[in-house]
Amino acid sequence: MEIKIAVKNLNAFYGKNKVLKNVSIDIPQNKVLAIIGPSGCGKSTFLRCLNRMHEVVGGTVQGSIMLDGEDITRKDPVLVRRRLGMIFQKPNPFPTMSIFDNVAAGLKYNGKTDKKETAEIVEKSLKQAALWDEVKDSLEQSGINLSGGQQQRLCIARTLAIQPEVILMDEPASALDPISTTKIEDLIFELKKNYTIVIVTHNMQQASRVSDFTAFLYMGELIEYDATKKIFTSPELKQTEDYVRGRFG
Amino acid sequence: MENGAMKSNLYLYKKKIINLIMLSLSVLAAVISIIPLIFIIYYTVSKGISHLNIDFFIEMPKPVGEPGGGMANAIVGTLIMLGIGGSIGIPVGMSAGIYLSEFGKNKFGNVVRFFADVLSGVPSIVVGVVVYSLVVIPMKQFSALAGGIALGIIMIPTITRTTDEMIKIVPQSLRETALSLGIPKWKTTVSIVLKTAWKGIATGILLALSRAAGETAPLLFTALGNRFWSTSIGQPIASLTVYIYDYAKAPFEDWNNQAWTAALVLIILISILSLLFKIITRSRYNIKQ
Repeated sequence: MEIKIAVKNLNAFYGKNKVLKNVSIDIPQNKVLAIIGPSGCGKSTFLRCLNRMHEVVGGTVQGSIMLDGEDITRKDPVLVRRRLGMIFQKPNPFPTMSIFDNVAAGLKYNGKTDKKETAEIVEKSLKQAALWDEVKDSLEQSGINLSGGQQQRLCIARTLAIQPEVILMDEPASALDPISTTKIEDLIFELKKNYTIVIVTHNMQQASRVSDFTAFLYMGELIEYDATKKIFTSPELKQTEDYVRGRFG
Repeated sequence: MENGAMKSNLYLYKKKIINLIMLSLSVLAAVISIIPLIFIIYYTVSKGISHLNIDFFIEMPKPVGEPGGGMANAIVGTLIMLGIGGSIGIPVGMSAGIYLSEFGKNKFGNVVRFFADVLSGVPSIVVGVVVYSLVVIPMKQFSALAGGIALGIIMIPTITRTTDEMIKIVPQSLRETALSLGIPKWKTTVSIVLKTAWKGIATGILLALSRAAGETAPLLFTALGNRFWSTSIGQPIASLTVYIYDYAKAPFEDWNNQAWTAALVLIILISILSLLFKIITRSRYNIKQ
């Protein structure tokens, strides 16, 4: 099993407040890693460290995050973010753009202007995000008029269009209805063939359904990290067991 | 028992009365607030319409006593100075607003914000005097350029503060999304944030332009006015507002009437400007909410 991202002794801060304490995780390639833990445990911060978004809100990090052997904490954040796409909790298409322009936005503003190539990538990305059949006749319409689930898949297509290697998902289905959630989960299965996926979720069932590995964070510390099956059936620690059984948290 | 029911009835009755009184008061206030506008439009149209014809737009002013004539030079002059003012006020004001909202959460930003607020409160005649000493005296010439600069300075604070406020209400999540796509910060600001806030900013620009179009005092010291045709920015230039000022206080009835027409034309001009902005900034999509 190849390691895509090796996180070593990662500490993250908001000002003086330490929100991640010495977290080390090896994230395997073409697998789904679920990050679980109660609110405020540092799940989202961990995710945002991986694509250098933590610093956008004024946070700082110590430690190393090796992506294919290169430490991304020392590289240009713009280049890092093109390799690690991110899906947010709330679907957030650009309101002033059409469906097509939304998907093409990452390409356009990163300097790719070849129209034919862009159109091909947009179509491919929408197909990958299982949205093409629903929007192929309305590509010039606003993305805002889509349903919540469609909007989230549009955001996934938008991220896929920049051809990242890793997809980070921050509770991607928590604002969606059950049917849309199932669609997103099916999508995760498809996507892991080509991408490494890290998903933060509050939903235990979702974590056990979609992920290959699960990491349990609590108060900024990594408590346990193992194969998902193991975490949900016979975790090493009682604390983990209590959490996945819903006994605390 | 019965007494209690009556009491609560009385209470409800009182509440309804108070409700009615407050509602009538606010409706009255709303009506009062639009009365001046109605008067302005009524008087301007009724007094100005008689001289409003095609000649007014294409003819030059006639000497005293000669009937007819128009204010083509003043219309063009107003537009030229608005153009100069806009090409100073819009870029400077917008850039300052972008700086304030995206990078100005520090002491310097607060100072700039404070100065912009003070500047918007400075009487326009003072701006005129300052431009007189900074531009007119060194050039030894009243000029369209000086007039345009004065109008530009008047426009800056309005545009700065609207841009600042409008960009601030663009959700942070939109910026984060753009950044997470690997779009550089400056492109995020220009292509995503500014585009989203554009409608509100355009309203601010329009407000600033309309206000500048109606300024008279600063132009008296800078553009002066001109009886003749001139489109040179180095020469004194006519403007509708200065014509209104001159013609309204003149002792000739014909000129007084032309002043009303000039006022009407100015209102029409600003309305057309509003309409143009509405068309430019209208959304490409029908957004269902």
